[in-house]
Amino acid sequence: MTSIDSERTITVTVNGVPREATVPVRRLLSDALRHDLGLTGTHVGCEHGVCGACTVVVDGAAVRSCLMLAVQVDGAEVRTVEGLAREDHQGGQVLHPVQEAFRECHALQCGFCTPGFLMTIAAGLEGRDNSAELTEEEVDDMVGGNLCRCTGYANIKKAVHHAAAAMKDGA
Amino acid sequence: MTTKLFGEPVRRREDQRLITGRGRYLDDIGSKALAAAFVRSPHAHARIVSIDVDEALDVEGLVAIYTYEDLTGPMAEPLPVLIPHPQLHAPRTGFPLANGEVNHVGEPVVMVVATDRYVAEDACDRIVVTYEELPVVVGVDAAREAAHAVHEEIPDNVAARHHQETGDVEPVLASSPRTLSFTQYIERSACMPMEGKGVHAKWDPDDSSLRVYTSTQASTSVRAAIAAKLELSLDAVEVIAPDVGGGFGVKIVHPWPEELLVPMAAINLRHEVKWTEDRREHFIGSAHERQQRQEITVGYDDDGRITALDVHIWHDNGAYTPYGIIVPIVTATQLVGPYAIPVYRVVVESVFTNTVIVTPYRGAGRPQGCYAMERTMDRIADELGLDRSVVRERNLIQPDQFPYDHHLTFQDGRPVIYDSGDYPGLLDKLKDLVGWSEAERLREEAEARGRLLGVGMAMYVEGTGPGPYEGGHVQVLGSGKVLVSTGLTSQGQGHETAFAQIVASELGVPIEDVEVTTGDTRRFGYAVGTFASRAAVMSGNAIALAARGVREKALRIAADVLEASPEDLEIDAGLVQVKGVPGTSIPLRTVAVLSNPLRYAFDEAAKQATQFAKAGDDDKPPVAEGDAPGLEHRDYYSPIRSTFASGAHAAIVEIDPATWEIDVVKYAVVHDCGNVVNPMIVEGQVHGGVAQGVGGALYERMAYDADGQLQNASFMDFLMPYASEVPDIDIDHQQTPSPLNPLGIKGAGEAGVIPGTAALASAIEDAVGRRIAAMPISPTELYDLVRSPDSEMTATAGRRAGTGVMA
Repeated sequence: MTSIDSERTITVTVNGVPREATVPVRRLLSDALRHDLGLTGTHVGCEHGVCGACTVVVDGAAVRSCLMLAVQVDGAEVRTVEGLAREDHQGGQVLHPVQEAFRECHALQCGFCTPGFLMTIAAGLEGRDNSAELTEEEVDDMVGGNLCRCTGYANIKKAVHHAAAAMKDGA
Repeated sequence: MTTKLFGEPVRRREDQRLITGRGRYLDDIGSKALAAAFVRSPHAHARIVSIDVDEALDVEGLVAIYTYEDLTGPMAEPLPVLIPHPQLHAPRTGFPLANGEVNHVGEPVVMVVATDRYVAEDACDRIVVTYEELPVVVGVDAAREAAHAVHEEIPDNVAARHHQETGDVEPVLASSPRTLSFTQYIERSACMPMEGKGVHAKWDPDDSSLRVYTSTQASTSVRAAIAAKLELSLDAVEVIAPDVGGGFGVKIVHPWPEELLVPMAAINLRHEVKWTEDRREHFIGSAHERQQRQEITVGYDDDGRITALDVHIWHDNGAYTPYGIIVPIVTATQLVGPYAIPVYRVVVESVFTNTVIVTPYRGAGRPQGCYAMERTMDRIADELGLDRSVVRERNLIQPDQFPYDHHLTFQDGRPVIYDSGDYPGLLDKLKDLVGWSEAERLREEAEARGRLLGVGMAMYVEGTGPGPYEGGHVQVLGSGKVLVSTGLTSQGQGHETAFAQIVASELGVPIEDVEVTTGDTRRFGYAVGTFASRAAVMSGNAIALAARGVREKALRIAADVLEASPEDLEIDAGLVQVKGVPGTSIPLRTVAVLSNPLRYAFDEAAKQATQFAKAGDDDKPPVAEGDAPGLEHRDYYSPIRSTFASGAHAAIVEIDPATWEIDVVKYAVVHDCGNVVNPMIVEGQVHGGVAQGVGGALYERMAYDADGQLQNASFMDFLMPYASEVPDIDIDHQQTPSPLNPLGIKGAGEAGVIPGTAALASAIEDAVGRRIAAMPISPTELYDLVRSPDSEMTATAGRRAGTGVMA
């Protein structure tokens, strides 16, 4: 029988970089990202899978990292908020359209829930055909599972449209 | 490059780090810290018989266990009553760790420190606390009946009896043409920031200094509290609020037990220690607000003009009163809203219950006051068969009546004198924005679709920007960079941007050169905190005054260099120049260099300020008497009293008579916070406030059972609005600047939440024709109300039934 504090070494590709970590088997993915890999951009708001602040993308799907164990991502690809922007040819940072849209539309205030929204929306927009017009239902669906206590969501929904338009133009 | 930015929707400067995962919230700090966890009371009221830690001692990674027995000196005394008041006759506070008795579920009893949080919680699980349970008091009615006492020596459970009156209310009521009386309730909700509380402390044994990061709204006062409680010199303690993931009031309370215990452990263990609150802890160990029973009697005439108002409120303050009676005072004084009330008497009895403490949550007693006043307006209109907006209009304070003295004393001990406003203007805009005159047509249309439609409105006046003061410091460096600091903290309101806009505009520098630091006692030691919609008013004005001081000094130095009079100079785009003479200028950064006479040149810029660089007057000292080196200025803003913002909300609801689901189909806001620094940020504050208002009216409720167990202490069960629950919001603005402060600003932070409960209760009542006297209201409760033979039908519904408009 495996004890809860026995450890395993996992290999996981995080934001395109192979990483290795030795973690207790009970360690949550959210905690492993934050405390073992030092990627504190992923936030923990409830630890019971309701608020969505800890959302990351695992093998292409947006998941709540507080509802997964770190050992479950052994061999997987994980994308976090730190991996949303890309580097340009001069080594500068090019924000993801969703990040740009959040800033432009004032879609964040305290910023604590923001990484979860960004990852959910980025996965949602990247997973659809962006030449098609984005419907209000799609937007509601994309943002409807994450909690924000500051913004009242109006500007977050606006940002989704803004990002979708940018991705359509960029497509 | 822009310098005149006051009033512009400048994009936020804090966003770059927050959208890229580089924010620095409390739990992002101290990766090497030991972790603290707490054993909290599972009982609402009990005596602690024994604490057995033996089983925990075997846990590998355990570092320390603390109980009350380990506390010494001031730490063994009760936590402070932060805001004492003569009418708070029986204040009570807990201890950092329970001392023999617990008074609510969640009260900390034991602190465990271990190598990580998982291990600390393992140890907590093995600690056995034996309790002797005591009778439990839950809810205002039980507290008022006082069959049991929360604190044995306070048998009536009354902590405070707050009383204000503006005249002799009883004879006026007796001679009023009409009176009506009613009782209504409002329930508990909570701030629920997405980031809970958290504390990180690091002790440097070599120089005996303590650095504490805490997710707080008041870092300077946390610093003072830590110094007092841990018996340290103030200068040995630094407290920093890092990025704070929302507060909404709960983080203004201090010192939280954890804010003292974590630093205590860090000193004791000679190792950094961190505690990060989890969500369940936040539900049961932080603070709630809003529960009140309101008994209202109003006298009025046949036109609906109020003659007298008599209000008796029972306010649930939870187990302790660390924040005094601020919420009861705010309810009592802000209740009167935009109306001229000839005679007003209010008594608020603040009562103990065996539940989590009650301290300000955005609005801080105003939503309850607004609910009392606005529902009174609705009742008068209903009795008289008048349009609800007409009754309001007839009672409004008129624009020519300012300053308007209510003859009440506000929460800052200052008189409630409204400085400026245009309340009829608000009401007119609101009626246009929501389409008030279209209501009957909409109702008929909805009825044809099988839906019940109702409209409601509520108005409010909000005292914002209370003192005593805030300060600001502005310094221009030789690099041209402008450093700005204020001791007031931030919790997501965009202070880095708004304060930078103020400095850029006042000083005439590019905003890109301005760097703002908030809530860091290393940078600014004197402050009060971020609450009561006061940041822009208080720190905004203090920073503006500091920037004006820098400007004055810069012009004086530049005048000397340019051989011009200071009055002939202006600063634009970081350049001091003679007005109308292009080319005759000196960069502000050079003025900064010249402002500090030097002996040593360490770079090219410094060379210009050395003692042989410029011929000085041999008869004058290099630094003039009364002057100081450096291009910097520190100033404070301390207002004589609060400035009063105002607004009006209206809602249209549609109700499905099969499910009784309540759908807010339109929500209109008219808002007046005087001059606006950044309209994008103000609008964001309104959006967020309305979302919390809708949540508080329709979804959120702290569901305590009779044993004092919080039944819904998770996001699964406490229904905070998702995007699907928040209506689209239409906003219109009005600006009546405050004459009280240099920038003419009024606060905007809390406004959005204040009238939500009142406006939605009004709209639901209008839709169903049944009296709504308890909020929030769920579809189930609405169903029960409509089905109940005891529920009261409104006179309006009766009249409609008579005309056949409503079935």
